[in-house]
Amino acid sequence: MEPFTTLTSIAAPLPLANLDTDRLIPARFLRQPRSAGYHNYLFHDLREQGDFILDRPAYKGARIIVGAENFGCGSSREGAVWALTGAGYRAWIAPSFGDIFFENSFKNGALPIILPKQRVAALRTLLGDQAGAQLSIDLAAQTVTLPDGSIERFEVDPFRKECLLNGWDEIDLTLQHTQAITDFEARQRVNSPWLVSSA
Amino acid sequence: MDTHRQRDQGAGGLTLYEKIWNAHEVATGPGGRTLLYVDRHLIHDGSFHVFEALRAAGRNVRRPDLCFATPDHYVPTGDRSNIADPVVRDKIEILAANTAAAGIRHFGIDDVRQGIVHVIGPEQGITLPGVTLVCGDSHTSTHGALGAMAFGIGASEATHVMATQTLWARRSKTMRINISGVLAPGVHSKDIILAVIAKIGAAGGAGHALEYAGSAIRALSMDARMTICNMSIEAGARCGMIAPDDTTFDYLAGKPFAPTAAQWDRALAHWRTLPSDADAGFDREVDLDAGALAPMVTWGTSPEHGAGIGTLVPDPAREADPARRKSIELALDYMGLKPGQAIEGLALDRVFIGSCTNSRLEDLRIAAAVVKGRRAAIPAMVVPGSGLIKKAAEAEGLDRIFKEAGLEWREPGCSMCVGMNGDLVDAGQRCASTSNRNFEGRQGKGARTHLVSPAMAAAAAVTGRLTDVRKLLAN
Repeated sequence: MEPFTTLTSIAAPLPLANLDTDRLIPARFLRQPRSAGYHNYLFHDLREQGDFILDRPAYKGARIIVGAENFGCGSSREGAVWALTGAGYRAWIAPSFGDIFFENSFKNGALPIILPKQRVAALRTLLGDQAGAQLSIDLAAQTVTLPDGSIERFEVDPFRKECLLNGWDEIDLTLQHTQAITDFEARQRVNSPWLVSSA
Repeated sequence: MDTHRQRDQGAGGLTLYEKIWNAHEVATGPGGRTLLYVDRHLIHDGSFHVFEALRAAGRNVRRPDLCFATPDHYVPTGDRSNIADPVVRDKIEILAANTAAAGIRHFGIDDVRQGIVHVIGPEQGITLPGVTLVCGDSHTSTHGALGAMAFGIGASEATHVMATQTLWARRSKTMRINISGVLAPGVHSKDIILAVIAKIGAAGGAGHALEYAGSAIRALSMDARMTICNMSIEAGARCGMIAPDDTTFDYLAGKPFAPTAAQWDRALAHWRTLPSDADAGFDREVDLDAGALAPMVTWGTSPEHGAGIGTLVPDPAREADPARRKSIELALDYMGLKPGQAIEGLALDRVFIGSCTNSRLEDLRIAAAVVKGRRAAIPAMVVPGSGLIKKAAEAEGLDRIFKEAGLEWREPGCSMCVGMNGDLVDAGQRCASTSNRNFEGRQGKGARTHLVSPAMAAAAAVTGRLTDVRKLLAN
């Protein structure tokens, strides 16, 4: 996984509450292999309606999206994150996220940032008024720096932060606990033998 | 682990969620993360990315005996003897090949036990009280109806489970939703959960494990409970649960993969210890009176856009929050609705009865009772949740009732809930659907979805309009 340390980029505002993963990538495109390039289908149906905000010239090259409440709600499809990262986006800022999408983001070297609702709304307004303005994200410092130099601090789970900063594969880390897993299975066989399926 | 123990002692008793969590801690990591053991991993035909990732990294499946697979998302619900779509055929064959190579049990397309993964888990007794269960599908919350801790995961997490039989997780906050009262005739569990989501919002349960409790929940069958837990994710919660009770145990007794004889007795003794302790604390409590509910319908493009059938389409101008106002405006535009318009009486183009939310035998019985002796006014399809449900429904003659009324009776699968198999609603068409998501484009590009109960979907089928099913029951 590609590490995430700092990111300075144009940020695009996306003022849609409850942005679901069906809008991020409609289900009909998921039948394709990942090699087909899921980014080709990112926001497919929204884009077709024309004048989609992320397609405006001022936001070309943006790698950060500032969304709204419940960003990435809905299905567990990791294709939603692959579509975003494939299109070059690496960070998304919102007051809240769909729980599964939130987890999927970290697994793909992307950073979902939770900021208070009013601050996110103010950021979206700023990025609308100053289209093409840049934000700087520093994961180690847990800060987002605005164009005027002011700073927003954000919280991030220390474990996810370490994994992102180092680009670690979580499975390799977990395999260091193989003995603990084996011990757990041995205890469970004794204490809850009905869990070992028999039919 | 120690910090959890201290917190638990300080908080008094334990919740159902906390009991299952504590029993599955394998190790702790930095920042209060826990490595949780996974007892059951369910797999469907959208899992091809996971097997590819395992192969690419040269990893094996640690516990194939704890994995169970069936094709559901891509399977045709019409003629299966000759699958014309090469992509669909490919997905079904790839799942069969991947599971065979890994030694994973597979209920294939020719097996009568095939069905929607969230229907067959409980039906086979694979889902049990007190287990941790995951699946690469957000509606995995369904299995919480049996008192399991069940949640949906992405492809990376599924790969992690395959390789290690564990997941890193952080303990969720807990929310108890207390549902009292007695449901009026024509009002069902789907109406309860749509009302819960309308009340707490599509993000209301984010970061929480939900527990549904109260007299109205205790009175529900297992089929009805599964409908409620299924839509926890539509309230933003990965996981929704109901404490196991005699209804649960009666349901499980004799299921193929459920324990038997002495093992059953031992399991049952454990299961009876699972319900939340009387003095357990929840981070949030919400109350709802089921007796006050009317049949629910969604008017917008988020499951939180639900209201009683007798109400009017809301006016976005009354919404103070700009992002939410914008979302309601876009929703009404997409749905072709105007503020203040009556929801009841809206003309429909088609009806879908099925999905992991509402495709179980009780759902089909409720729908059949409404259409019996009537004629469908618009195209309507009924898709049972599994081959065994289809067989049981046919043994009762439900298929004949549907067919005589002009509804299509089809083979089991996810079908028109998500349209990945080609069962799609055309652009601009309005569909009353017993599924779980009314998102833009969910049932097909430009499709307009109104989420309803099986009773309301059946009423819609025979009138061709959004109709209060209670008016048909009275006749």
